[in-house]
Amino acid sequence: MNVTVTVNGQETTHDVEPRLLLVHYLRDVLGLTGTHWGCDTSNCGACTVWLDGLPTKSCTCLAVMADGHEVTTVEGLGEDGALDPLQQGFVEQHGLQCGFCTPGMLLTGRWLLNHDPDPDEATIRLAISGNICRCTGYENIVRAVRWAAEHPDGSGSGDGAAAGADITQEATA
Amino acid sequence: MQVPAPFQYERASSVDDAIALLERHGPEARVIAGGHSLLPMMKLRLARPETLVDINGLTDLSYVRVEGDAIAIGAMTRHAELLDSAVLAEHYRIFADAERVIADPIVRNRGTIGGSLCQADPSEDLSAVCSALRVTAVVRSAAGTRQVPIREFHLGPYESVVGDGEILVEVRVPIRTGIGSAYEKVERRAGDWAVAAAGVFVQLDGGNVADVGIGMTAVGAQHFTCTEAEELLRGGPAGAEQFAAAAAVCARACSPQSDQRGPEDYKRHLVGVLTGRALTRAAVRARGGNA
Repeated sequence: MNVTVTVNGQETTHDVEPRLLLVHYLRDVLGLTGTHWGCDTSNCGACTVWLDGLPTKSCTCLAVMADGHEVTTVEGLGEDGALDPLQQGFVEQHGLQCGFCTPGMLLTGRWLLNHDPDPDEATIRLAISGNICRCTGYENIVRAVRWAAEHPDGSGSGDGAAAGADITQEATA
Repeated sequence: MQVPAPFQYERASSVDDAIALLERHGPEARVIAGGHSLLPMMKLRLARPETLVDINGLTDLSYVRVEGDAIAIGAMTRHAELLDSAVLAEHYRIFADAERVIADPIVRNRGTIGGSLCQADPSEDLSAVCSALRVTAVVRSAAGTRQVPIREFHLGPYESVVGDGEILVEVRVPIRTGIGSAYEKVERRAGDWAVAAAGVFVQLDGGNVADVGIGMTAVGAQHFTCTEAEELLRGGPAGAEQFAAAAAVCARACSPQSDQRGPEDYKRHLVGVLTGRALTRAAVRARGGNA
């Protein structure tokens, strides 16, 4: 059946099978491979996107359920080629090792900061409790969210930003 | 890659439309709400509906409001909304206690109270909460609306009284005065199903228990409750000794099974400890204390 989804502000229409999961729609149909496909059981949170602005695990949502709705993926973060301050925070604070959980962490973290611009550590840990980092790099992920809270315009050290942009692109590829 | 078997997809535009779609597609049609229980089961082919009727568009089924002597909760109300509800926080803190430990914040954005009850998972938390509070389930079909006491709602694991062509539309929680309520759960890790959990409300009349409701989950309790323990407490003193005795009855009366979450005797032990804690905390809250 035909589904029309607004993904990162752009409306797209495709004929899909009802059983197609949103994560596979984003990755395989739209080619937006920044959204990672992890545990497939709604546990790990690597596939987290925003559905109508709310963090949602896209492995446990059908593409047809997103018909007529808005989806934001990690590719939709940041503006005009610049990193979102939270992405910059991950660069500054070494918020990723293998990078697999990063897109989900970024969408959950950005949602948190949009609703609570100055979260304490406990609040951050609770917010990301549906996103699992198997490198167990939580300390730095929490620091990255705190960095973004303290640098809402995203400006940090110049060197880190340049080197980090490459890392972030690789991690979300 | 886990993908559900093929199915037909229909989107309901109203409750009446959902009922009409369910009738048209027959017994192999299933309602899908948040989908966080049904879709994983479909991926594992443990559920294989021929048709899914999507009711996510029925936003008029998403509410928590006081109606007369009850709190009406729409079936499409998401876990996150239950957790944040000021009405529930005022009347029944058991909801926030339980919601805080149901899955994780992202899953709670999708899962609904109606889906949780209809899935009838024997380890589901809200089933214990609703059983403790003796809520009424409002079920609609083309023939009209029927009200089902929650302790008659679940027929067994993954089976409820909601029949073909029927849909759960609302849960009604009786408002009680002079009460406190609480939920206690032990899980292996954050967001997991319960190893065991217990939820209660306690209504005090001076130093006595005027009324009480006890709910349990994941431990094979009949209708997610223990009426024997409730009867033991009702009318008697609200004291530590009585709470311990009732908790012991709960531990004895339930039927947990040994599995990967723990051996049977450990789960029984948990039921005793958690029921006792929930009763104690609910009584403190009933007296206006902060617990």
